[in-house]
Order: sequence, then structure tokens, then C-alpha cells
Amino acid sequence: MTPELNLSRDPAHLRHGSNIGQPLSRVDGLAKVTGTARYAADNNPPGLLYAVTAVSSIARGRVVALDVDAAKAHPGVVEVMTPANRPALAGDPDGKPNPFAFRFEALQNDRVRYANQPIALVIAESLEAATEGAALLAPRYEAEPARIGLDAGDAYVPPVVGMGFPAESHHGDVEAALAGSDRQITATYETPAHYHNAMEPHAIVAEWQGDKLVIDTPTQGLVMMRGRLAELFGIAPESILIRSPYLGGGFGGKGFIAGPQILGILAAKLVGRPVKLVVRREQLYGPFGHRSPTRQTLRLGADGAGRLSGIHHHARIATSSFEDFYEAAAHVTHTLYAAEAIATTYDAVRMDTGTPLFVRAPGIAPGSIALESAVDEMAEACGLDPLAFRVKNYAEVEPSTGKPFSSKALRECYTQGAERFGWWERPLKARTMRDKDGFLVGWGMGTATFHALMFAGQARAVIRRDGSGVVESGAHDMGQGAWTAFAQIAADSLALELDQVTFKAGTSDLPDAGIAGGSAHTATVGTAIHNAGAAVIAKLAELATSDQRSPLFGAGNAGVIARNGRLLRRDDEGRGESYADILARAGLDQIEGSGSGVPDPAANEQYAMHSHGAVFAEVKVDPDLGQVRVTRMVGAFAAGRIINPKLVNSQLIGGMIWGISLALHEEAVTDRRTGRIMNANLGEYHVPVNADVPAIEAFTVAEHDPFVNPLGIKGVGEIGITGSAGAVANAVAHATGIRVRRFPVRISDLVRSGH
Amino acid sequence: MNWTVRLAVNGEPRTLALDDPRVTLLDLLRERLHLTGTKKGCDRGQCGACTVLVDGRRINSCLTLAVSLDGAAITTIEGLAQGDRLHPVQEAFIAHDALQCGFCTPGQIMSAVGLINEGQAGDDPERVREGMSGNLCRCSAYVGIVEAVRDAQATLTDKERAA
Amino acid sequence: MNRFDYVKPATVAEAIAAAGAPGAAYLASGTNLLDLMKGNVVRPERLVDITHIKELTRIETSGNGDVRIGALVRNADLAYDASFAKDFPAVAEALLSGASAQLRNAATVGGNLLQRTRCAYFYDTASACNKRAPGSGCDARDGENSQHAVLGWSEACIATNPSDFCVPLAAFDAVVEVEGASGRREVALEALHLLTGTTPDRESVLAPGELIVAIRLPAAARAFAKHARYLKVRERNSYAFAVVSAAAGLVLENGSIQQARLALGGVAAKPWRAHEAEALLAGQPAEHGSFERAAEAALREATPSGDNAYKIPLARQLIVRALQAAMQGTPSRMPALPASPFSAVPGALHDA
Repeated sequence: MTPELNLSRDPAHLRHGSNIGQPLSRVDGLAKVTGTARYAADNNPPGLLYAVTAVSSIARGRVVALDVDAAKAHPGVVEVMTPANRPALAGDPDGKPNPFAFRFEALQNDRVRYANQPIALVIAESLEAATEGAALLAPRYEAEPARIGLDAGDAYVPPVVGMGFPAESHHGDVEAALAGSDRQITATYETPAHYHNAMEPHAIVAEWQGDKLVIDTPTQGLVMMRGRLAELFGIAPESILIRSPYLGGGFGGKGFIAGPQILGILAAKLVGRPVKLVVRREQLYGPFGHRSPTRQTLRLGADGAGRLSGIHHHARIATSSFEDFYEAAAHVTHTLYAAEAIATTYDAVRMDTGTPLFVRAPGIAPGSIALESAVDEMAEACGLDPLAFRVKNYAEVEPSTGKPFSSKALRECYTQGAERFGWWERPLKARTMRDKDGFLVGWGMGTATFHALMFAGQARAVIRRDGSGVVESGAHDMGQGAWTAFAQIAADSLALELDQVTFKAGTSDLPDAGIAGGSAHTATVGTAIHNAGAAVIAKLAELATSDQRSPLFGAGNAGVIARNGRLLRRDDEGRGESYADILARAGLDQIEGSGSGVPDPAANEQYAMHSHGAVFAEVKVDPDLGQVRVTRMVGAFAAGRIINPKLVNSQLIGGMIWGISLALHEEAVTDRRTGRIMNANLGEYHVPVNADVPAIEAFTVAEHDPFVNPLGIKGVGEIGITGSAGAVANAVAHATGIRVRRFPVRISDLVRSGH
Repeated sequence: MNWTVRLAVNGEPRTLALDDPRVTLLDLLRERLHLTGTKKGCDRGQCGACTVLVDGRRINSCLTLAVSLDGAAITTIEGLAQGDRLHPVQEAFIAHDALQCGFCTPGQIMSAVGLINEGQAGDDPERVREGMSGNLCRCSAYVGIVEAVRDAQATLTDKERAA
Repeated sequence: MNRFDYVKPATVAEAIAAAGAPGAAYLASGTNLLDLMKGNVVRPERLVDITHIKELTRIETSGNGDVRIGALVRNADLAYDASFAKDFPAVAEALLSGASAQLRNAATVGGNLLQRTRCAYFYDTASACNKRAPGSGCDARDGENSQHAVLGWSEACIATNPSDFCVPLAAFDAVVEVEGASGRREVALEALHLLTGTTPDRESVLAPGELIVAIRLPAAARAFAKHARYLKVRERNSYAFAVVSAAAGLVLENGSIQQARLALGGVAAKPWRAHEAEALLAGQPAEHGSFERAAEAALREATPSGDNAYKIPLARQLIVRALQAAMQGTPSRMPALPASPFSAVPGALHDA
């Protein structure tokens, strides 16, 4: 039945005391501050054994020997799993049943294709025994030369990049535009490999209950993971239960199942007991994806007035030897600044690393730091203030497609952000600001942008006889606040208060919530919940309005509004009745509705959909020693409707700090001879610490978007990084007069070289 | 061979017969006592997720052998609240949204309690930042963490004054 | 981690007896040793847990004014000992700039002296490392070596000593008290660590089984208390090892330098005392030119061991900064970011 009450068009009439938009504290906060929130590795079922993987120290070749006897002789070791004895899989780890099934290593053979690849697994009665058992395997290899670095082999043009973009895209004639421009710059920027480094290492507790499989493992895509496991193990999806109520951070690293998790399940099968496998920190640098290193060359042309005529953004990227994933680093250039002609091109090399995959703000994070640096360099070449230059090149429509934006409050972000920061006091010339102690001070900015995506998700809503609600969706909370934001949407969708609604998420037996990624989870699942709530309210209205005994009889669905657990007549709000009364009279225990959240193809055809923002950064640099500190940062963001400003603020600030990290700190250092990552630890793979993050604030500007989805949600998970990394890099250049084009900026780049 | 280790864990005296001297305090808590609030982020003293108090001092439980702690009093995140009444640091973490994924949170909170006990930071945000720098947060809730620590410290100071 | 025999002596004598067994290692707090064991970098057969030896936990001042710090005093306790911090402020600042609060609460001063290098090739058991596996080679030499030594290195090893604490100890003539099967002896801190030479596996002059029981700071080092700093350059503003660090102390009279003390960290396999620079400073006016000449002298012998030439001007400039900061005077309170260049030093910037 199509509800006449068209809730999907205007949700506002449903709201009473409006949960959406309230800065509520995290509903899972209590569990998290008391240590009772149960993450995957916190499960200790009876009979548990511990598994630890041994990983390869070469990047390419074969394992020719493992000292299984030594491992087995270690007290407490129960079994050693190698390619020789690991239970069979129904599916092929090297198969490609769908584009999101990434190839992995689960001891299918003796091949090594990157350093840190699992090559065996030891199962023991204690973690200590399993750990030592793995060390005692002392593998011997036949090594082949490792191919490492962006010049590792012959570059080729990848078939597609990112989520199916063409590797070569032209809008207008960029060569002609550049040739005809008054000013041109060409600059090459490099970004290193980044690893997700969520605080929670990947972990799995796997238990076979006959043919049924129960696992605890953190995942950003419950139902997708279940489908992949069903295919790999040759069992029905319904025979698999995955529990993932809390993820200790995801950032893209927990989107897809990886070899070590499969090995944990296989180990449980091999020994017929539950097995816990927690991946050691250093072993995370391999099988779980990373952000490809990039080398990006930007060529920009501008006219005498500082208007961009052409941008060519070329990215050299890397993938693994056995899988195709191409970081769409250049694509941000199609959507951000108005230029007559825009071209993006890519080439790629294959390296002996794990497959690069999605990392927070895939493509755009490395692309944005290069683009924002280049735009700053051009602004400087034109003698213009960086913000004035950006405003001059403001894209009123999406540059490459000519589509109007579904909404774009970037101008307001520029204005309000600049005002809050005090940007207009900035001297144009670099290396002219000092603080009272003589440290160099620099101000930089960057434009933030991220596409407003939706995937496909489902939700179920129930109103129970007592008038309370239950809303279910297999959604994922990796820290972004899903437990809270979805509860708020759920309450509003049922016109109930938050404490009258039970929201269930985090297990694979709930409706498919799609994947938590692409900053699309709130939009996708939020829409599904919203629609499920609307469906159940419509059913309830149908019951009431068609029942002569109801005060709502004859009102018609469109004549009814839901408010505070009651349905009311639109034309006379004094007449109405509670959900409980309606259900009681109908003799129903509960009434149920379902809804889905999917993108609207027509709207997507017509409009370009993106979030935007403006980030302003101040850095101090020691002029002699080259040490940098970000001292102040302001981010203004336009991201459609904000479900929970408190949590969104945390998300945005967190993203901005990732921006600091990209600009100044994080980098995987790989030995080119061996392919081993030499800083595969949190001591030397630097992510920012508290002392790296002084005053920083984020705020959102009002933005109403009637086209992205019924609730107007655009997503905030990733946009905070974009713009921020460039803002910090530009601030360093402004402070020092030194333009560093290889990130992160290091002390060696800025230390005074003279005497 | 078994090693006898007597510990007071969250105020409860325990005598443990440890069959392996390799067991760290962290693995003892998580895998043997099933006090899983304390987290393992790196197992190498590089992230702070495993922070607990030993005799009132914050330390990394991953780099401490349980067998060496005979006679010590251990406080973990599970031992902080008094029944249903949260510790002021716990309350402040919720109020200031000083957490996202929550995985580093028990370590952050124990570290904050340790920091306040040490009494070296005062209300200086810069000293709090430095004093909390041994606890990584990849979600980067640092701003809220500093606010929460200062807020909780003020609450505790007020309580002391009142007492 | 390998299995090991665990013993817990109650006295120094018992400890030394227990450590006589082959493959034995002393366990203090274990912040470094357990890390190394987890990485299988070291695999001791026996751990002699000395943490319960009460006699090693005291800070005492002896009759001649020397301060004697028991080897098991925790880094944080020493740094926060008000009287110690007042007399030896650069040592306290170095301690508080190291690692994290949690690690400082656990780590002991004796253990800190024997902290192993952070060279990634030493930690990576699949790499060739003459320090870890004598004769296997040095993969750092042509590897990722931007953090490696620029002074006193050899073809066999280019690793650096990562300790912050040892740098001011070297500068201020600390003495290490050592006890072994053949009795007690003293070693100047500066002579404790060995340069790599052809035997980088030998890191100190300690004989097998010898135990550090105390560190002594001479009474004379108090003379520098009003003008002493430790500064540390790093890629993260806290919780990171030094790229280069420097401890500086001055005794000033009417703007002239009576005595100077200077040592560098992060540049060599040992804390690097700059004697020649100190000699050049003595008797000179406390001004920029003197500091620059000293810096020049301190780095005269420096050569890159790889992709680390930047460390040489960095170390020079840091010396100048540290001397300038020392000249301006020890801050009345420990800076909020101990040892940070951003712990404001008005007017100390070279090009300001």
C-alpha cells in the first residue's frame, strides 16, 4: 500500500520535541566509559583457544619450509595450520564473485605476494603459547625481488579508478586552455602509503555450532560480509551470525573481510573449538588494505584576473600484484573549482604490497592536499589572497558536468569560517608573520568537499501494543555515532520520544544496512529508518481511519498526523488516539513496517551532490629547527541536515585532525629492497597525539537540501580531512616561504640549512 | 610450575596461580580474569589503550609482567564507578563527547584519573594535552578529552573542598 | 615471547648470583625489555626480576653533596622530586620529555641507561643487523636511515642511542655505580656506552651479569642549576623519540661563561658529550657568536651515514638554541611541553 500520508516528502510534520537536530550525548557512552561495551576481542566463550598467525618477512616468493614440529612441541600448542592441513574452502580466495570481493590470502598455497602476509597459524591453549608457537615456525623462503615504489615497474593506464570512474576524463580542451592562459604552473606532489591504524586491531572470535557459524568481528558491512562468508564456506547466509555491535574504529579498514579473519574461522573448524584471533599491530600493515601512495602532477592555467582556465590533474598510483584497486586521487578536481577545461588522467604500477583499499576519504584525501596546494600556488602566482582566489573560481555548477548542485552553501562556509578565524588580516606575502617569541606563523586554508552518497539499506519498524517502538537495521557504529543518530531518526519516524524506542543494530540477522562507508551510512540507513517508520505509521493510520470506532474514522491517511505516540486529525488536533489504543482495539500485539534507503536515480541524474567546507589553519614553525605545530584551526562545513550536532562536531574535528596527520605526520616507510614496512608500529608510524592538537573548532552552516534524500542528510564522516590537510600544508608554506610537495612535511624539509 | 600472585583487583583481593610467567598484566586482566574493559591496541607501550592504575599510578599494562606485581593494587575501568554512580571523569567524558569509537576510552579515562592524581597539570590545557599524549585516539577526540579532564578535575577539586 | 625461567631476588647479592646463569637478563620495569622480547629481538633464558629490591629505590644526598639515585627509582618520581628537579633541572626536563606519562611512571632510571636503539633494522629480526646478530651486516646502511647517526658511527652500525635522560647525565658528569660478581665499581656515564666500531653488539662497558645499582650526580653539577636546559626536536610534539636533542648548562658571571656543559642525543650510539665545544665556550662572552662557534666545533666531525645530512645543521642550530635557552635561565616552572622548542624562549630564535 502506498501511504497517502506522504511522509517521505515532508517529515517535519511528524516531529514533536524533535529528536533530530538535538545535541544528545552518545547513547552508547555509558557502556564505553565503563568498559562494558563489548568489542569483538572481548568475547571469551567457554573452551576458547587462541590463534596467532605467522606472517611473511619477504614481499614476493614462496615459503619453502616451516618448522611445524618446533611449534607443536611448545607447551600449550594444540595445532598448526598451514596450506597442507587447512580445511577446504568452497569459495576461492582468489576468485572474484563480485567487484567488492577482494582477493585475500588464506593459506591457499605457498605463494607470498607481500610482506606481512599470513603464512601459517598456530592454535594454542593460551595466547602466550600461540604467540611463541608462531615465532618458532622460523619460515624459510625462496625470495624473488620485491617491486616497491611508484617507479617499480611499467606504468599502465588502469581500466577504471575508484568506484568505476574512467581513468581519463576530459571536460573541454585542457591543452588549449593551458596554452592560452596568462599564467601557468606545474607542480608535482607526493603522498605516502597510509594505514588505517584504528585503535582496535582486527579480531575475530569464531565458533562453529554444527554447521552454523557464529562470529564476533568488527565489520563495516555485516550483510555483505555474511554473503561473502556464505560463498566461501558453502553454507547458507542464514547459517551465519556476525556480531559487531561496536567497532573500535573502521576508517575503511573493516569494510571487507580479510585473510586473517577467514583463517580464524578455519582454525575453529580445524580444532572443533571456538578460536580467538587478534591481529598483532605490526601484522595490520598488510592484509587489510591501505591508502595507495600517490604522485600527482597538477598543471593549472589562469587568466590575468586570476580565473582558472584549465586544470590537468594527473595521478600515479599503485595497486598490488594480484588485485585491482585504484585510488581516484585526481577526481576531486572535477567538482571543486570552475575552470573552462578540466582533465584528469591516471597511470598505475603494480607493487608487492597488500592491495590498497578504501581509507577515510578515499581518493579525495590525497587528491585534495595536492589540489589545494596547487590552487594556493596559483593564487600566489596571481598575487591574490588564497580565499579571494577560491571565491573568484567558485563553481556555481559542477564544473565537469555542468549539473546544478543539489545544495551548496560553500560561500557561507568561506564567509563564516574566514570571519571566525580572522582570515582577512592575513598578509599576502609568505614568511612575514612572527609571534612574540619569534616563531614563524603562517595561515593557510583549503576547501573541503566530499560527495553526498547513498548506498542501499533496509530497516524494520515496529509499534508494540504498549505504544512503544522497536526499530531494527543491521547498522554499524564505528564511532561515528550510529547508535545515537539512528535512534534519534527512529524516534522521530515513529513520533515517539527516544526512550520509547528500542533501536537494534550491529548483527547480521537484522535488515541489511549496506556498508558503513563513503559518508553514506546516515543518509542510507537514516532514510530506511525514516521510511520504515512512515510505513508503520501509515498502517496504523489505515487501521484507525477505516475503523468506525476510532475518532479518526474517515479522516483519510492524509488527514492524520502522528505526534507523541498518538495519531491526530489534521483538521482538529483535539481528536485523536494513542497507538496503544489503536492496536488494542484491532486486537494486534504489534504492527510492523519496513523501509529502504536508496538513492533517487532521477535526482542523481539532475543534480550534483556534494558536501562542502572551508578550513583555516594557523601553524607555528621554528625557523631554525623546522619543528611545526598547528596552533589554531577553524572548519566551517555545509553538509545538509545535521542529525546530532554534538556528534557531528566530533566527527568533523576528528577528520580535521586526520588532515593535520596527512600534512605533518603519518607515513608508512617501506624498505625498497625488501618491501617490509619499517615503521609498522604506533611508535614510529606517527598519528597525532593530544599535544599536536591545540585549539581547533568546527561548525556547520545551515544547508537545506531537498534532493539528496528525504531527510536532507549529506554525511560528515570524511569531509573533515579534505581541505584540512591542504590548509595545514598551505599554512606551512605561508609561514616559511618553503613549499613542501612531498608529504608529510618533515623537519628535514624545514630545518635551516645554513649556519 | 605455578607462580602465586596476590593482587587486589578493583579492591577485591585475589590470589592467582599463574602457570606462565610470560603473562602480562593486560593479558591477565583480559584473557584470564575476563576484565575486558582494558584494551589492547598495540601491545608495545605505544598507544595507551591498556592504561590501568597500579598502586594508584597509571602505567601501560601491556609492558608489565603479572608475576612481577605480587602485592599490587590494580584499578581498571571496571573499578572506577561506585555502583551506578559514575566517576567524575567518566561523566565528563560522556558530557564532552570525549570519545567516538570508544576503544581507547578506558585507557584515556584511567590515564586521566592518573593525571589528576599526579597533580602536575593543574587547569592548564597545554599541560593536560601533554599529560594525555600517551593515549592515542585515532578518531581524534582530543579536544573533548582535554575539556573532559579539566571539567572532571574541577568537579573533584570542588568535592575535596566540600569534604 | 620465549619461555624463561623467572626468579625474584630480594637483595642485590642474590640478584647478581641469579644473573650469573647464561642467558640471564635483569628485569626492572620491563618497558624496553618486554617490548624487545615481544618482538623476539632478545630471547633471554632467565629473567632476574629486581623490582622488589628495596635498597635500589632511594634518592639520597651524600655528605659531599652528590645525589645518588637508586637504579630502580622511576623516571617520573625522579623528575617530580622537587629538590632534585631544582638542582638538576635539565635532567628533570629530559626525563619528562621522554616517552609518555605511563611509561615514565614505570620505567626505571637504571633501565633507561641501557635502553636499546630504535633502529628499525635492529627491531626487525628479518633484517641484517650487526648489533642484534653480530656479523650479519647492517641493512640500515643503505636502507631507511633518515634518523640514524651522524657522529661516531661505523660501517658496521649507524644506530643511535634513543635515551633522553642520558644526554644531560653525560653533560653533567654523572657516575654510574655498578655491581657484579667481582664487586662494585664506578663508571663515568660518558664512558658507559660504547661507540659501534666493529662490535656494535657491545653497547656498554658492563660485563655480563653486572648490575647498575645507582646513578650519581656530582654536587658540582648544581652550579649549572640556574642555566640548564634540555631541548628535543621531534616529528610529533610529544610521545616521540628525538630526531636530535641537546642538553646545555652554563655557569655565568657578568655575561661571561665560566663553565659550559653540552651533550647531544639522537646523533650517535651514545649520548654525545661535546668537550671541545665546552672548552671553546669557557671564558667567552655568553652571546650568539660564542654559541655558534661551539656548535661548529661540536659537529665538526659529523658526517651523514645515509639520508640524514639534515641532522648536522639541525644539531648545530639546536646547540645554539639550547645554549641560548640556558643563558636566559632555567624556567621557574617546568615548561608545559618539556624540552619542546615551542616552550617559549623569547628572543632565542636565530633569525628573529
